[in-house]
Amino acid sequence: MLATSSTFEANARAGLANPILQRALALMQSGFPERRRLAVERLPEFEALRDIGKSIKDHTLKHLDFYLELFEANVIASGGQVHWASTADEARAAVLQICRSVDAKVVTKGKSMIAEEIGLNGYLEQNGITPVETDLGEYIIQLRHEPPSHLIAPAIHLMKEQVADTFRAQHRSLDPARSLAEARQLCDEARAVLRPQFLAADVGITGANFLVAETGSSIIVTNEGNGDLTQTLPRVHIVMTSLEKLVPTLEDAATLLRLLARSATGQEFSAYTTMSTGPRRAGDLDGPEQYHVVLLDNGRSALLGGEFQDMLRCIRCSACMNHCPVYAAVGGHAYGWVYSGPMGAVLTPSLIGIAEAGHLPNASTFCGRCESVCPVKIPLPKMMRYWRERQFAEKLNPPVYRAALSLWAWMARRPILYHAIVELFSRALGWAGRDRARFRTLPLANGWTAVRDMPAPEGRSFHSLWSEQQKDRTGK
Amino acid sequence: MSEGREQILAGIRRALKRGRLDAARETALRERVAAHRRNLVPARATALDDAGRIDLFVAMAEEVQATVARVASPAAVPEEVARYLAAENLPADLVLAPDPSLDDFPWDARPLLRIRRGRAEAGDAVSLTPCFAAIGETGTLMLVSGPGTPKTLNFLPDTHMVVVNIRQVVATYEDGWDRLRSAGAMPRAVNFITGPSRTGDIEQRIELGAHGPRRLHIILVDDRQKAGDGEDE
Repeated sequence: MLATSSTFEANARAGLANPILQRALALMQSGFPERRRLAVERLPEFEALRDIGKSIKDHTLKHLDFYLELFEANVIASGGQVHWASTADEARAAVLQICRSVDAKVVTKGKSMIAEEIGLNGYLEQNGITPVETDLGEYIIQLRHEPPSHLIAPAIHLMKEQVADTFRAQHRSLDPARSLAEARQLCDEARAVLRPQFLAADVGITGANFLVAETGSSIIVTNEGNGDLTQTLPRVHIVMTSLEKLVPTLEDAATLLRLLARSATGQEFSAYTTMSTGPRRAGDLDGPEQYHVVLLDNGRSALLGGEFQDMLRCIRCSACMNHCPVYAAVGGHAYGWVYSGPMGAVLTPSLIGIAEAGHLPNASTFCGRCESVCPVKIPLPKMMRYWRERQFAEKLNPPVYRAALSLWAWMARRPILYHAIVELFSRALGWAGRDRARFRTLPLANGWTAVRDMPAPEGRSFHSLWSEQQKDRTGK
Repeated sequence: MSEGREQILAGIRRALKRGRLDAARETALRERVAAHRRNLVPARATALDDAGRIDLFVAMAEEVQATVARVASPAAVPEEVARYLAAENLPADLVLAPDPSLDDFPWDARPLLRIRRGRAEAGDAVSLTPCFAAIGETGTLMLVSGPGTPKTLNFLPDTHMVVVNIRQVVATYEDGWDRLRSAGAMPRAVNFITGPSRTGDIEQRIELGAHGPRRLHIILVDDRQKAGDGEDE
């Protein structure tokens, strides 16, 4: 997928000016966070589980080579195959080769962010294979040729009227006069249109929420049941996944599953949690004849042992974006690539480079809500700060920004000078604003004053008041 | 592809600033896996007695729009199936899992039910399956695939009925894993099912029956009276 992260500022402005997106985002803010809060309140052990979830992931990452080899051995033992892919190219080639080996024409797909990451749909189309997204949200955005705007609700940027327009434009064989006013009607139409595709597909591709080393199983978590039809009906099941999805045992998976649904949708448990181990067995009446796991690295292994390793704990629940004031204002498409919100702000620069994605770790108020709701306690603000440091060290910010920051740093290291200048500035501002006690506009801060007034400083700075108070105290 | 494998494993070891783990460390990790040690398990279901656990299972399943009917014996299952289909205005055509556990129910007593045994096909409207276990914690059914329990029955029909015996109701997912391990090899598919299919992808409004069943009906066989207090825990 072609990234537009470098134009984040323009993307964000477009998002702010899009009334449909703003209505959709308002719905999201009243939905996911409240439902998560209620689910967390019902489980007294939730906080303790977060710590355990973190330690399970840390343990696995520390021994990732061991657990990958164990996982592979168990996949093979259950009759499946593992395809290791260092790059997106290798992963796409592996999928195509499997599809070609069974002469596949139609491929159904469950929701997979890894497939988005490697641009799988476009690649399959170029090679004469029709990919059909089956998750309702993914299906909608596939018809609209849009990337997902959210980890678990890919069409969250749309209202039902846009979905109805899309269905009318694409489902040409249906009665143009039919009613599509209600979400129920849209769901029913998608169900009816997709059912024959499920039955016709030669290959089904799903993602994986977890891979279990102990058993060589892949686990998917869904609500619609599309992932299960995708992996049961075709002759071939391909699991498109990445290294860091691994957990050691079924017990470890159970702990993370308790965190996942509650953090994501606020459900106690998603409707379907499915564990798949190898192909159809002797005597089975259904299930795929082949089971393949395509394991993508794409730069993840290089994050181990460094300041971004913690990001590999991510279980893709979307709690961070659901609670992010920046995401809630601009929506997921502004981030310009597959992953959005705080997790995208950290992960995207790791995968496509800080030169392309430099805006993303800057698009944060550092309010810390993301870290406070993360089920595996990823220190997202801290890692965004790492990216900002690296960006500065690599001289990727604009010259004016760098010069201003250098000047400020120089001053901040000289307290006497700093305080003198602050004092001088605040007096000057106070004098300039003495009539109205506020400023409608300020040079260099037009954006900030466009929607609010800046109060004029009243007299002395905090520092001088503080030092005077301290002096009084010690004097007594 | 094996080139990619070696490259990735070498990259991981390089990043972690070590070589392959030594034999002692690998043995320790293998022991960790083999121990199946439980992490913290919520007290919600484990603190309850048998009756409380069963009630919790029912309450949690109903909370996510599953329907539950309690019957007093296996013999009452066909009657409940017929009652449910009539009440929901559904046709009396039924695909029954070919599992022997469903053989002994008195299906002949309900001659109006048209029953086929096998996997589900595209046109099938109603299925009935056994389950492997039921998880009290979240009202979740645990189904496993096998010759008698094809997985299509759980997903293709619009209405899925599941027979659960109260002895199958355990507290937690971990209890389910233990039962699975003692039953033998890992099945191809394990399905945890919590309520009927749903989606919130349009304006976050929950709609049931996205791609899987619109209705999930649980027939809970509570034969404690007949069987005495012989809980096999």
